[in-house]
Amino acid sequence: MEPEYILQMEHVSKSYGDNLVLKDVSFNVKPGEIFALVGENGAGKSTLMNILFGMSVIHNTGGFEGDVKLCGEKANFASPNDAMKAGIGMVHQEFMLIPGFTVAENIKIGREDTTPTLASRVFGKTLEKLDREQMNKDAKKALDTIGMNIDEHVKVAGLPVGYMQFVEIAREIDKADIKLLVFDEPTAVLTETEAARLLKVMQTLAAKGIAIVFITHRLGEVMDVAQRIAVLRDGEVVSTMKPEDTDIVKVAQLMVGRKIEKMVDDSQVPENLDTAPVAVHINKLYVDMPGEVVKGVSLDIREGEIFGIGGLAGQGKIGIPNGIMGLFPAVGDVEIFGQKIAFSKLGDALHKGVAFVSEDRRGVGLLLDESIEDNIAFNAVAVKKEYLTNFGLTKLLSRKKIREHALNMIKLLDIRCTGPAQRVGSLSGGNQQKVCLASALTLHPRLLIVSEPTRGIDIGAKKLIMEHLVKLRCEEGVTIIMVSSELVELRSICDRIAIVSDGAVAEILLPDAPDADFGLAMSGARAKGVR
Amino acid sequence: MKNPLRENVGGFFARNNVTILFIVLCIGSYIASGTSMSYLLPELFTRFGRNAFLVLSLLVPVVAGLGLNFGIVIGAVAAQISIFLVVLWGFSGFGGLMLCVAICTPLAILFGWLIGKLFNSMKGTEMIGGLVTGYFSDGLYQLLFLVILGGVIPINNPTLMISTGVGVKNTINLKDNLKYALDDVSMLTVIRVAFYVVAAVSVILLIFRIVKKQGLKISSLLKPLVPLAILYGASFIPAAKTFLDTTRLVLVTAVEIAALVTVAYNLYLIIRKKAINKEPGVPKKELARIGLMVALYAVTWIPQMYDAMMAVHLPVLTYLCIGALCLFIPWFMDTKLGQNMRTVGQDRGVAASAGINVDRTRIIAMIISTVLASYGQLISLQNIGTLQTYGSHNQVGLYAIAALLVGGASVNKATTKQAVLGILLFHTLFILAPNAGKALLGNAQIGEYFRVFVAYGVIALALAMHAWNSKGKKRKAPNEVEDGSMAIPFGL
Repeated sequence: MEPEYILQMEHVSKSYGDNLVLKDVSFNVKPGEIFALVGENGAGKSTLMNILFGMSVIHNTGGFEGDVKLCGEKANFASPNDAMKAGIGMVHQEFMLIPGFTVAENIKIGREDTTPTLASRVFGKTLEKLDREQMNKDAKKALDTIGMNIDEHVKVAGLPVGYMQFVEIAREIDKADIKLLVFDEPTAVLTETEAARLLKVMQTLAAKGIAIVFITHRLGEVMDVAQRIAVLRDGEVVSTMKPEDTDIVKVAQLMVGRKIEKMVDDSQVPENLDTAPVAVHINKLYVDMPGEVVKGVSLDIREGEIFGIGGLAGQGKIGIPNGIMGLFPAVGDVEIFGQKIAFSKLGDALHKGVAFVSEDRRGVGLLLDESIEDNIAFNAVAVKKEYLTNFGLTKLLSRKKIREHALNMIKLLDIRCTGPAQRVGSLSGGNQQKVCLASALTLHPRLLIVSEPTRGIDIGAKKLIMEHLVKLRCEEGVTIIMVSSELVELRSICDRIAIVSDGAVAEILLPDAPDADFGLAMSGARAKGVR
Repeated sequence: MKNPLRENVGGFFARNNVTILFIVLCIGSYIASGTSMSYLLPELFTRFGRNAFLVLSLLVPVVAGLGLNFGIVIGAVAAQISIFLVVLWGFSGFGGLMLCVAICTPLAILFGWLIGKLFNSMKGTEMIGGLVTGYFSDGLYQLLFLVILGGVIPINNPTLMISTGVGVKNTINLKDNLKYALDDVSMLTVIRVAFYVVAAVSVILLIFRIVKKQGLKISSLLKPLVPLAILYGASFIPAAKTFLDTTRLVLVTAVEIAALVTVAYNLYLIIRKKAINKEPGVPKKELARIGLMVALYAVTWIPQMYDAMMAVHLPVLTYLCIGALCLFIPWFMDTKLGQNMRTVGQDRGVAASAGINVDRTRIIAMIISTVLASYGQLISLQNIGTLQTYGSHNQVGLYAIAALLVGGASVNKATTKQAVLGILLFHTLFILAPNAGKALLGNAQIGEYFRVFVAYGVIALALAMHAWNSKGKKRKAPNEVEDGSMAIPFGL
């Protein structure tokens, strides 16, 4: 008898330490149903899937509460392998394919068909010979099932990118009695026509009785193919609905919607911001940053403005500051206070009054093995030749000046440490971030770019850093670009917020614009006639 | 290399630059040295017989993504320990060699397992790890042979031990016990033993199948048995018996036999394809093989080459072993385990997510490599006839790796063909370099220096090119993702 539900999640909760990431999540998926799971970054989608697949990260952090049932039976997988054996498949966002293997070899990876040999009878199954004919036949069959006409003998390296996803899908459905397929952002790297074809394949598979969990942030696609949509927000299922009972705007609203607590008081907005001279002029910026590709961004940012850049991970928002600073190959025009930045000259932006707090503070922002004071002074020494004593022939660091300045900064930003000589690597994340900020401030920039300034730090430090940003703008007139995944933070201090989607600016919104506008802009779906 | 004509000529040269450079060097030093083929060929084939097994033992780790295994030195050490013990216990001949195999196999398995364990905890830096482990093992080996043997374990054997009784002598002469133990097995013995072994296995399989009530598949059993039986039968004809009773095969005869067998077999394949299975198209592969063999046979008609090839005496069983290994490796790579190794070598992440035990697969690759290397060292030493107790294993890894690289292999791709070509080219240069040095500069020593320089240079070049290539790939990756789906002006 066919079970009523393929997958049931019942009251699933999960916390990492004190941080509750999933709160009493319940939903179920029927055979042949396409069930969409939508939510922002950090809403808990990937944690949920980690639980389903029994990833070690879940086991290592104390397991989870609640039940996961597969075909009505309780399932608690020890490893992804067990999950796969039980009939759950996953189509990854990034391809798990080997370019040097043929399509058939990739489809059959780890599950090759074999025929026994003399040696295998003596030394065990692993010495059985590959049955390439059977492998090719099965691969062909799987490819035919999803309606793809790919030659199974071709090496994957020679395939167009759009086809690779289908090879992955063929691999999953070639597995015996696959019951549930999880698609994790499958359309992220596909063109529109390829995405459309993928959605069609999903419907074909569902028609064969396979249950599908479709994780995405592209709401347009969800509305097209899903039978039911669950919106996940801050670890909770806020709503489960059918697409015919709702519309894209409502879903977007649910996805983003939360009450905006003003984290900091930013009532002192400088006057005449609209007419202030342009501080940063970005024209058709392209940045080749892996995973955060920018495809033609144009922006004008005014002097004294706090300008926010938001959007989902992987859409290109982080690429913008990294491109401006010359950390990744970029083309396009960027003028800062009327001076053109030469991307080819590393550090050119630094010399033109820009300071940058990188999102990768441990990799780019800090020298982890050096002291706090050296970290704070490092940029100023290197870029502005400050904190040096001139001995004529050579210039040496002026320890006294550095110490003095570091003590000031420690007090100003409330860096919790044993003293300015403490190793930065031993500080907590929040305090490391403060050191990054201190180092940027030491340059006395006219333009400060902060990228993900609040990532992985506690609420107190968050608040302090944001307050300080507001203060900088008010007291010193510094123009600030803040790039962040946290919409709440952007909306609490920015004057305008650009939402980046698929490498381009989708919308520039005011912080008090409706939630739905933010949601729609982030999911790249522009509902026609809604605005 | 599959279809050079179709490929871009520039690309072909770029990819095979080391090999082409070596061909040019070999031809150049042949001309400069003024030596004759009758000097070069016998030397070359002796060295090929000594070295081939060692070089082939490098292939499996390359495929499994462990890079060039400098750790084969440790396999060589295992072989030398076994040789010492066998000589000490007074065994000799083919039986003594088999005892060596019996001792060094478990040792090499243990060592391979240990190296594999080590390499698993230092993924990505296996090559430097293997190099250093090789030196480390040399230290332990010296401790064993200089101090422990005789010092801790009393050994009373004045021919092997230093006169003080502590430590093993610098050289161990194998002349009276293991020299030519493998080389000196006659063809007749090989054929007879092979016949009996295959017959016994066939009978066992037949009984097994009858007991299990499977299909008898007698035709598949007869396939290897019939030709062997014919050969065995032929050995009773007096003329054939005298021929088969020899232990060395003259190269000319070997080429004639190989040409005959290959042509006959490929003709059979063509007939089966065209007449029985009626497959369309021209059987290019078969025709190419026939053409190659005919060309090779034609070479023996050049008087100069004929004389040279008459001077080459191939030790039959040694070359059979090498040939068997050449067949074994491609066969192995087409098994489930071999496919797992290729997967692990290409991408560990994908392999793990496909349920392949990555660490175990890598350890197995290291065990196979170490065991094969120890056999390789046994073959090499039984041919040379003296064991340099503290020196024989030292350069084993370096020269084997250099030879493999010369054949066009790289850190992550190596085939049997490349190994064979590499050994031939590398040793040709090795033989000719001193003579060329003497002829050109009046000093043979310069040629010696040159060949050492070449060995290190080739390895350095291959490693540097590997680094450049992987760097280029990384930079290209994001653009490749873009490829075709969106046009972005990255003219960078």
